[in-house]
Amino acid sequence: MTTPPALRTRNVGKRYRRAWALRNCSLELPPGRVTALVGPNGAGKTTLLRLSTGLLAPTAGSVEVFGESPATNSVRVLSRISFLAQDHPLYRHFSVADLLRFGRSCNIRFDHDLAVRRLTQLGISLDARAGRLSGGQQSQVALALALAKRPNLLVLDEPLSRLDPLARQEFQQTLMGAVADGDLTVLFSSHAVDELERVCDHLVVINYGRVVLRGEIDALLAEHRVLVGPRVRTDPRGSRSVIEIKHSDRHTTMLVRQGAAPIMPGWQANPVGLDELVLAYLRRPADHEEQIA
Amino acid sequence: MFHFRLDTSSGVPPYLQLVHQVQQAVMLGFLQPGDRLPLIREVVESLAINPNTVAKAYRQLEQENLVTGRQGHGTFVNDSLPAAVPPATYTSLRLGLHTWLRRAYAAGLDDQAIAALFAAVHHQTKAAETA
Repeated sequence: MTTPPALRTRNVGKRYRRAWALRNCSLELPPGRVTALVGPNGAGKTTLLRLSTGLLAPTAGSVEVFGESPATNSVRVLSRISFLAQDHPLYRHFSVADLLRFGRSCNIRFDHDLAVRRLTQLGISLDARAGRLSGGQQSQVALALALAKRPNLLVLDEPLSRLDPLARQEFQQTLMGAVADGDLTVLFSSHAVDELERVCDHLVVINYGRVVLRGEIDALLAEHRVLVGPRVRTDPRGSRSVIEIKHSDRHTTMLVRQGAAPIMPGWQANPVGLDELVLAYLRRPADHEEQIA
Repeated sequence: MFHFRLDTSSGVPPYLQLVHQVQQAVMLGFLQPGDRLPLIREVVESLAINPNTVAKAYRQLEQENLVTGRQGHGTFVNDSLPAAVPPATYTSLRLGLHTWLRRAYAAGLDDQAIAALFAAVHHQTKAAETA
């Protein structure tokens, strides 16, 4: 029995007028997993998220959500996707109860009671106007609306930016609780690399509109090593396995893939941290990405 | 009920942190045969952590024969466990190591020299014990 991936893109690209926002992007999200999409501003994150939810149609390649293209506006596939845009937008003058009523009348599947239960637990009054709630509470209302659809794929654009540490923690608790309830795959973009290890199991790093690193986080960390040793004169930058190399007067530090390979005598191999790994890939110049994907 | 902690700045993958905490609690006798580990859902809610990470930690603990998952009931600590180290013994070992480290610092050994010395002696002693 093979279930189709929650999301599969094949060589997908999106061009706005002359410029490509995203090129040759191929990835697969296994169902039930939580994937972080990481990259600098302008790397193509939002474009990829909008392609994944059918809000944009690709210029090249294909996007499939549970085996179907989301851009065809098929109700069957769209009813399985929830998208939470950046800054969790709400109608500011609506009360929370109005927002829920609106959600119920616009969706085939909408678990009104689930949303009410979640918000009551968090102490958010249904009578409050959305615009009067704190930033953290607004994000919880937006998340409750997105989850009330009972989506199988939840896509969030920078859900944690602009939230204070406590609100972040509460948001992540609700989100991870929803994953624990089952049948939910999550894809979200984030700048907060240091917080990813707690909530994600998969990672996609994009830069210059291309995927530069992807995979299961534990496997990626196991595959990479930081080697430290006496300064080397040759520059093995051409080698596929050397991701980054730095020299000081007397020693050389290299981030390499294929950590299991034997190391040279006099060299030390150290494990790499997730943020160190992501930053090293993001620092690579644009002409490198062809070799990786 | 057993409580997990998570230190995201430690550099140790979160699933391994959970594994280590159970191993240590079993070793010290804080977890005993028949004790139930928190449900995945409970760990998720207290730590705001990915449920797949908790499931991975529990799978590894099952492979190590420390716990058994029972469908619909939870995950329980096994009967046949390695004998728990009495807390007093643990404290005394810790103290001995502490004293040794103070001597090593005083002798001018740095972190790497200490780690290398420990690894070498550990390796040698283990080889001699099993020979």
